[in-house]
Amino acid sequence: MIKVEGLRKSFGRQAVLRDLDLEVATGSITVIIGRSGGGKSVFLKHLIGLVRPDAGRVLVDGVEITHLTGRALDGIRRRYGVVFQGGALFDSMSCAENVAFPLREKLRIPADEIAKRVDAALAQVGLEGVGAKLPAEISGGMRKRVAIARALVTEPEIVFFDEPTTGLDPVLVNTIHHLILDLHRRFRFTALVVSHEIPEIFEIADTVAMLHEGRIVEVGPPGAIQASANRIVRQFIRGEPDNSEGH
Amino acid sequence: MADRPLAPALRPFEAVGGRTISVVDSLGRFGTFFVDALVAIVTPPFKLRAFIDRINYIGFRSLLIILLTGAFTGMVLGLQVYLTLVRFGSEAFLGPAVALSLIRELGPVLAALMVTGRAGSALTAEIGIMRITEQIDALTVMALNPMRYLVAPSILAGLVTFPLMTALFDVVGIFGGYLVGVELLGLSPGTYFGEMQTFVDMKDIMTGFWKSVSFGVVVTWVCTYKGFNVGHGAEGVARATTQAVVLSSVLILVWDYFMGSILP
Repeated sequence: MIKVEGLRKSFGRQAVLRDLDLEVATGSITVIIGRSGGGKSVFLKHLIGLVRPDAGRVLVDGVEITHLTGRALDGIRRRYGVVFQGGALFDSMSCAENVAFPLREKLRIPADEIAKRVDAALAQVGLEGVGAKLPAEISGGMRKRVAIARALVTEPEIVFFDEPTTGLDPVLVNTIHHLILDLHRRFRFTALVVSHEIPEIFEIADTVAMLHEGRIVEVGPPGAIQASANRIVRQFIRGEPDNSEGH
Repeated sequence: MADRPLAPALRPFEAVGGRTISVVDSLGRFGTFFVDALVAIVTPPFKLRAFIDRINYIGFRSLLIILLTGAFTGMVLGLQVYLTLVRFGSEAFLGPAVALSLIRELGPVLAALMVTGRAGSALTAEIGIMRITEQIDALTVMALNPMRYLVAPSILAGLVTFPLMTALFDVVGIFGGYLVGVELLGLSPGTYFGEMQTFVDMKDIMTGFWKSVSFGVVVTWVCTYKGFNVGHGAEGVARATTQAVVLSSVLILVWDYFMGSILP
């Protein structure tokens, strides 16, 4: 289980996270929704140890990671897979080399075993035969799928998806969502997905948390969130314009 | 305690203090970056493939510009030094004058400046783009140290390639001086090379060697640091690249003076 308690973070005078609390159950898919600039990506970076909080704690199976450094933090990260917003594929390597990279560098297994696992990982995301191509030679949707294959090839216990469908057309959005759901059913990892995709994201979520102005304002199963009486949640889900921004 | 606005008379002091803290903070991060790189260099596993790739990137791809600038530097030296020496009837010393200028001073400095312009800027831009596209974050969350993959091989490759590039620059420059002094201006080949052997010592060659080694470290350190700490977006990469080239070039000239004062 991932437990977040009283997380606070400011950049200069701007408070991004304000006493954020959340629990992510083991083996579940938890989706964080919220408006752009609401602190979702900053929150995710705290969970993967890229940003340190000003106050508060992040516990992964009871281990506080907020003050861990070096090998201790790497030990936690070895349990992680992360799908970055832009894919973060190494552009000097082919797709197959990208997927093979964590296997080759972290697990030190024989080359033929790596090749088999890379082929299997690419097949799982529906990308047989594209291994030799460079990331620049494939479409945005394919790049996201290669990034998912790379994140899952080491069979992590916890997978973070940072807006995995941003910039994709509705068909590809559904394809990626169903891919996440399908892979989750197969590998039973704990998934935390940051997303804007309303209402499609409700189809794959076990729990949805709404992050607004640095706080979780509502958390619950998708049905409860969709029926929420909270004005902020309703406004976000229905895509109603925010008159407070003075347009 | 809440921040209260300072009295107007104190604001200049606040600005100076803030700037001083910022500079000291930057220097501290610059220093700790180098220490982290050294730790990554001396602790296994060593990334041989990345190291060879960096030698190609910094050294091999800079060959053409080194050969071209080396040849023309030697030719300019040959012409100008000949025209000066001939006034004193000392044109026989053209060979040693060209060789000593190149080996002790111009070779290490100009080769380093050329490699900075070609490879240093590209190094900063490449690492900077990796930073803004989250490729460095991807390495970090894979529990792999980006210093080991990106910085350590670059600094090691700088250590190896800068002296080699300098040696090439010197040799091509000496032949450039030969082309002008001997082939165009009529000095005898025996005089050009014979006097060179008399006047150029091993300590002159070692002076140039140590300079080039130190420039290799300085340039790769500055350029990787700037790439690692790039700002946001394309503008951030452009600014970091410019800063890397300017700072490296200034440090090469400043460091050259100190090395010249220390070395025999």
